[in-house]
Amino acid sequence: MKSLQAAESARLRANQLRLGYGDRLVVDGLDLDVLPGTVTAVIGPNGCGKSTLLRALGRLLKPRGGSVLLDGKRIDRMPTREVARIVGVLPQTPQAPEGLTVADLVARGRHPHQAWYRQWSADDEAAVAEALRMTRMTDLAERTIDELSGGQRQRAWISMALAQGTDLLLLDEPTTYLDLAHQIDVLDLVQHLHAEAGRTVVMVLHDLNLAARYADRLVAMRDGRIVREGSPAEVLTEELLLDVFGLDARVVPDPVAGTPLVVPIGSRHRS
Amino acid sequence: MNPTRTPATTESTGDTVPGRRALRLGPLSTVWRPRALLVPVLALAVLLLVMAANMGRGEFPISVADVLRVLAGGGERRQQFIVLDLRLPRSLTGALVGAALGLSGAITQSVARNPLASPDILGVTWGAGAGAVTVLMLGGSYGSISGPLGSVGLPVAGLLGGLLAGLAVYALSWRRGIDGFRMVLVGIGVSAVMANLTYWLLTVGDVTDAGRAMVWITGSLNGRGWEHVTPVALALVVLVPLALFLGRVLGALQFGDDTARSLGVRVDRSRGLLVLMAVVLAAVATAAAGPVAFVALATPQIAMRLTGGAQPPLVASALLGAVLTVTADLVARTAFGVVELPVGVVTAVLGAPYLMYLLIRRRREARA
Repeated sequence: MKSLQAAESARLRANQLRLGYGDRLVVDGLDLDVLPGTVTAVIGPNGCGKSTLLRALGRLLKPRGGSVLLDGKRIDRMPTREVARIVGVLPQTPQAPEGLTVADLVARGRHPHQAWYRQWSADDEAAVAEALRMTRMTDLAERTIDELSGGQRQRAWISMALAQGTDLLLLDEPTTYLDLAHQIDVLDLVQHLHAEAGRTVVMVLHDLNLAARYADRLVAMRDGRIVREGSPAEVLTEELLLDVFGLDARVVPDPVAGTPLVVPIGSRHRS
Repeated sequence: MNPTRTPATTESTGDTVPGRRALRLGPLSTVWRPRALLVPVLALAVLLLVMAANMGRGEFPISVADVLRVLAGGGERRQQFIVLDLRLPRSLTGALVGAALGLSGAITQSVARNPLASPDILGVTWGAGAGAVTVLMLGGSYGSISGPLGSVGLPVAGLLGGLLAGLAVYALSWRRGIDGFRMVLVGIGVSAVMANLTYWLLTVGDVTDAGRAMVWITGSLNGRGWEHVTPVALALVVLVPLALFLGRVLGALQFGDDTARSLGVRVDRSRGLLVLMAVVLAAVATAAAGPVAFVALATPQIAMRLTGGAQPPLVASALLGAVLTVTADLVARTAFGVVELPVGVVTAVLGAPYLMYLLIRRRREARA
């Protein structure tokens, strides 16, 4: 049983959530609390329902059963615009029309704050300028999206989510397709948003070591269920890696951060 | 509580966004885009000239200057009669049909995120054509079509046929959302069905009816009167403001469903409404002038390149559609001496190479 206090303070809460596509049930009876001001990383093998869960939390997917509560209110009963002012979602592979400039892309993030007569208010401009600055995209603002490198493109999308001005951010694999330096770059940005601006972040991450470093809480999923949640040290254990990923690995302290570091063994080094 | 609005320190870069200069007046605000303003203004001027030139042509030639004088309220009585009563409806039908097709194409291409997705390709035009041909063939002699059947029956039948085809395409390409490419493929199939239905109707009907219906199928502005102007004008008066109001949503819909939804757009509802508007526009236009090819396909893309955006602009697409249609009509009437071609022949001749260009470019992109 969750304590009453946790239920009251959770920004997002999944309640006996059942999610699926077509005939396939992907998530069945999942409970989760996302506490304010935390960075939560959802980890798990491919196809375990991480992205599906994130989409439901951001109201992109309608649950089959159960409910998602945003600040204590049923998210599916809130006006769409109101949700869009509180929760920003960065989908896994967002698509942009050819020829769109970075500035125009980021400015789209202001959509929930605009109306047909108010398309570029001073507030909009300030928020977009700030979002570009935080993601170091100001100098690239007039480039088109297709001219950018993968890392820059990802920063542009994050910038759009920032311009939306939500204090809850859901990021679906924000580091996919990026080299390690750019992965660190993006995660440092997430860390900065969390530390400086107090945003609550939920992200799906594949890299366990980076998840352990950048998240306050880890949620390990398998087959549409949460196997364990807690601090990185509580979740990333050798026994859990075997259980969730079927991975034979050693877990040692990260020499830099002290967080758990997963060292896979593999058949070549198995004794 | 809202941490994004902390422009407290605006040292180096300031609070302006490169490439997005603001234009603000009280509570109204928008981005200052000179080209997006200039293109419609120029298009309107060109439209007026081309219409004047078109209205000047005929058994009694009238100079462009005289036509303009008549339109401004002056001119001789005889010129007034010829221009206003005899020739204006034709050019006006052409302009309105072109505007409706341009706007319709701009909407469908944005919604499907695909430059191929115009009402001609999506089967709407052929659906409307099949509906209208049914009336032409079953409605008895073509001569009586100018009666109530012509002013009400034909547009309504066209609208029903277009709606039916549009609905079929939308329903058949629906699979947990709309994919533009699938929509185009399904549309080509529905187009073929509707086209064959039309040809079948022609073979079973009366020969003289069929001959006249054939001209209509190519898309013709010949003998268009005020009864053809009214339905299209009505549709535009209602739907243009609505389209502009919903146009803001089109910008968000261009980014995939998930992103649009996370931006607070009710994706399915908005998209359904927009597609419905596009279908009505294309169907009403087709009922008035027949399936005029290419206008809905090309003008949104031309307008987009002229205005320099990443999305077909609604107003510019409509105005350029009007310019293109009236120009094509002028060419069809003048280029071949005494022989007057239907306007659809000219637009189709322009359209075929453009369509091939689009397909080749798409293929290259798919490979890259």
